[in-house]
Amino acid sequence: MLTAIVVCFTTALIFAFAGKYLGQMGTYLISLLPAGLFLYFLSLQSELVSSGEILLNYSWIESLGIDLSFRLDGMAQIFALLICGIGFLVYIYAAEYLKNHRHIDRFYGYLTVFMGSMLGLVLSNNLITLFIFWELTSITSFFLIGFNHRDLLARKAALTALTLTGGGGLIMLVGFIMMGQVAGTYTISEILQSGDVFADSIYLGLIILALLVGCFTKSAQFPFHFWLPDAMRAPTPISTYLHSATMVKAGVYLLARFSPLFDGELYWNEALLLFGGITMLYGAINSIFKTDLKAILAYTTISALGIMVLMIGIGSSTAILALLLFIVVHALYKAGLFLLTGALDHLTGTREITRLSGLRTKSGILFVAGILAAVSSAGIIPALGYHGKHLIYAAAMETDLLSFLILSLIVAANLFIICAGFLVGIKPFTGRPNSGNAPLHPTSLLLWAPPLLLGVLGMVAGIFPSYLEAHLLIPAQTGITSVESTAHLHLWSGFDPVFWMSFFTVLGGVGLYLLFRPSHRYSNQLKSLEKISSRYLLEQIIRGTKNFFYFITHLLQNGYLRYYTAVILTFLIFLIGLRMNLGFVSDHQMSFPVDFTFNEIATVAIMVISIFLAVFTSSRIVAVASLGGVGMCICLLFVYYSAPDLAMTQFTIDTLTVVLFVLLLKKLPTYLTKVDTGLNWRDLVISCTFGAMISVIAMEILLTGSVVEGISSYYAENAYQLAKGKNVVNVILVDFRGVDTLIEITVLAVAGLGVFSLIRLHMSVDS
Amino acid sequence: MTTLILRTAAVYLMPLLLLFSVFILLRGHYLPGGGFVGGLIASIALVVYGYANGINQIKMFLRFHPGALIPTGVTLSLLSGTLPLFYSRPFMTGLWLEGTYPIIGQVGTALIFDIGVYFVVVGTALTIIFSIAEDNERD
Amino acid sequence: MEIILAVLIGFMYAAGIYLILRRSLVKLIVGLIILGNAVNLLLFLLGGITKGQPPVIGDAEKLLAGVYADPLPQALILTAIVISFGLQAFAMVLLQREYIQGGVEDLDNLKEEDEEK
Repeated sequence: MLTAIVVCFTTALIFAFAGKYLGQMGTYLISLLPAGLFLYFLSLQSELVSSGEILLNYSWIESLGIDLSFRLDGMAQIFALLICGIGFLVYIYAAEYLKNHRHIDRFYGYLTVFMGSMLGLVLSNNLITLFIFWELTSITSFFLIGFNHRDLLARKAALTALTLTGGGGLIMLVGFIMMGQVAGTYTISEILQSGDVFADSIYLGLIILALLVGCFTKSAQFPFHFWLPDAMRAPTPISTYLHSATMVKAGVYLLARFSPLFDGELYWNEALLLFGGITMLYGAINSIFKTDLKAILAYTTISALGIMVLMIGIGSSTAILALLLFIVVHALYKAGLFLLTGALDHLTGTREITRLSGLRTKSGILFVAGILAAVSSAGIIPALGYHGKHLIYAAAMETDLLSFLILSLIVAANLFIICAGFLVGIKPFTGRPNSGNAPLHPTSLLLWAPPLLLGVLGMVAGIFPSYLEAHLLIPAQTGITSVESTAHLHLWSGFDPVFWMSFFTVLGGVGLYLLFRPSHRYSNQLKSLEKISSRYLLEQIIRGTKNFFYFITHLLQNGYLRYYTAVILTFLIFLIGLRMNLGFVSDHQMSFPVDFTFNEIATVAIMVISIFLAVFTSSRIVAVASLGGVGMCICLLFVYYSAPDLAMTQFTIDTLTVVLFVLLLKKLPTYLTKVDTGLNWRDLVISCTFGAMISVIAMEILLTGSVVEGISSYYAENAYQLAKGKNVVNVILVDFRGVDTLIEITVLAVAGLGVFSLIRLHMSVDS
Repeated sequence: MTTLILRTAAVYLMPLLLLFSVFILLRGHYLPGGGFVGGLIASIALVVYGYANGINQIKMFLRFHPGALIPTGVTLSLLSGTLPLFYSRPFMTGLWLEGTYPIIGQVGTALIFDIGVYFVVVGTALTIIFSIAEDNERD
Repeated sequence: MEIILAVLIGFMYAAGIYLILRRSLVKLIVGLIILGNAVNLLLFLLGGITKGQPPVIGDAEKLLAGVYADPLPQALILTAIVISFGLQAFAMVLLQREYIQGGVEDLDNLKEEDEEK
């Protein structure tokens, strides 16, 4: 399994660089990758059914409990097959759809990275690895939405999507880490075994909240839904693959994965029911008022995702079975509809539903694909969609909580979804041909075959439902809920209440389709409601944040360098003060011996006077002389305290500094005489406080005692033995720490060269 | 500014100070001193001379730009560090010749290293001060 | 004596910082030099001070024994003194160039000069 993911990433890398030279052939070649992966996962099927799961584990960062750990179980298998299967269709479809596009190599590069990350996401058995793949899908999604990077709206949409899904992912990471800490492991299969630990944990609420935010943003649940319709700016194959069939279902996948752990805890079910319900209804109602085919599909996708979350919220074994089936159903028909839309776009040059009509004569084969997808979407017998609807109703009826309400909401949402499916799948082909359209492009095999294949597949699977059920759904469902569902798929289950409900929904949906005429008027009216939407709120938050920090930056960084220094120092004083406030380490009873001589006191006194002079004199020469005095006094101090080397160095350096200063003084300004008493006092307070703190810290360190003893004594003992020198300071410089000295003389050399070039540069500019 | 006394004194002081700086450099391993201090004393010697007799005199005396001492010194120090590599010892291992000399003690790579430091310090200090002085003289 | 030195170093810090916060170019340079000296002295003090026992091995002995001044901080400070000379020279020349080319003697004028560009 690791190989599968690694192959994806390496192929992407190779293709991103070599794709240009392969041309059209390359796009066909790379389509073999998802096909091969599909067959690979199919070949694992028998082993999977017999053993229930396939585990693989590679150590990665052991100290943090992060492993490259993979686990293929029933649900992961469904997702893996969808990712590779639909991936293959999208790959070959895009080969035609984006033929001769300038950046086709980039396109396939991103797409393949996405496929690898998505496989990694569903196969990961470690929370942190899962998170990495999760964010990788967000990032590749960003690049793919913004694929037409010259389009401002596409760039904006890409950024919105990244902000929301990436940000949600980060919040989820917090939840993951808490989960890992509570369970004591980051391995998902082990976490799922430790239910009781979570029930007792005080972090449970936060974990659930973080998980919900992450999944809701990814799966476009209300109120984070709005990035998905925006993302339709991406090329249609991308919308098909990422924003309908696979990536948006990652949130659903994760919720389903952890549902055994949190089912019945706190408000898990209620939250899922609430948000899933709102999303389902909101998306469904919005969908039919759009006029862009892809917008319609985007909102029905949101609605479908709402249904899935709702199913997890119900949480019974029938509901989970319904969820899994619906994931498959939805992937098949929604991908079909999207690909159909792309083909229509390619054919006529427009996606506006009001301008598409009467295309059945022009492209009969697309019409067939459209009907098949629309029928499956509507849940008309014998399409696979019928079984999907059937199970959803059955699951809703089983619930003891608000059964009637949920049921009626689902029915209502379905009415709109059916209508929307017909609008996309059938409406463009019926009616009189629209003469105003641009000349038609011929549709090629690669554009009509994938949607048709998906439609046929949905129909065949619907007629023989037990095969799908036995091999994919039941293993996956029992992997999540231990009890096997009592509900089963039959092509004909008799005139039970579920059947009648299905029947009347379809009837109502078809009726709605026949009565409803899409128009721009509705979509324009909906736009005026945007003021109260979550999108508007997010934009306001972003704008507010930007303004706030603009303000802060201007307050703190006003362009006066002195002010920066003052701010930094004030903050430092604040930090040190905060620490000092906590108390001192040293014992205050200790005191220093009073052992100073006259010489020492005199030296210090001269220093203090010199510094006073240097600070407050109005003559520059006096200041330089005082500096020389300070240096000489320091030199004396070094003599007193047994540092002859330092004394010599200090003496010579001090001489050179004074020479240097005198030389420079010729071309330096005289002292400014501007007086600003208020500022002077402020600076005096800052500098004196800081100085006092340094004094206190110094005494504190002296009182606390020495740090590490071993180093100095090692040098002292070995200076002669190892380095044949008796002046230990010099031995340290040229031998023990020779490399340091080497670097230090290099620094010195750089400073010298800096001065040299500053002056020379100036000379050459002048002349 | 430059008096006759200073000029005359500088003529005699300079070689003495230079000699002293070499002495300080060589004895560094046994007694206070070494490349840093030696180099600084040499710089002061040359600066005093230049102050008294003008920078052109110094240039004539040196016959090369003091900046050339910087790369020479760094290379010398680096070489003394790489020398042990030829004897398959780690970088910067000390190597020593047999026999002890007065003042210097045992001669080894550390001494070469210190001479490199000496050159870098002289080169840098003189480059800085002479650049500024030349800039001042120009106008 | 340590306590007097600690207070002295604090005083040097205060003086250096106060000068750095002035508007005058020259005062900034003076402040930098004082601050550099203060840092060296602080390091020296924290290494512990010992009177009359330089870290030099006697003629007859083979290793330092008994009470001696800590050689390690001394080695550190020695290079620090030399390097701070180099850096101070660089800072001084840089500020001098700023004055000669831009005519800036008041540090607050640097802002206006930036904004004009």
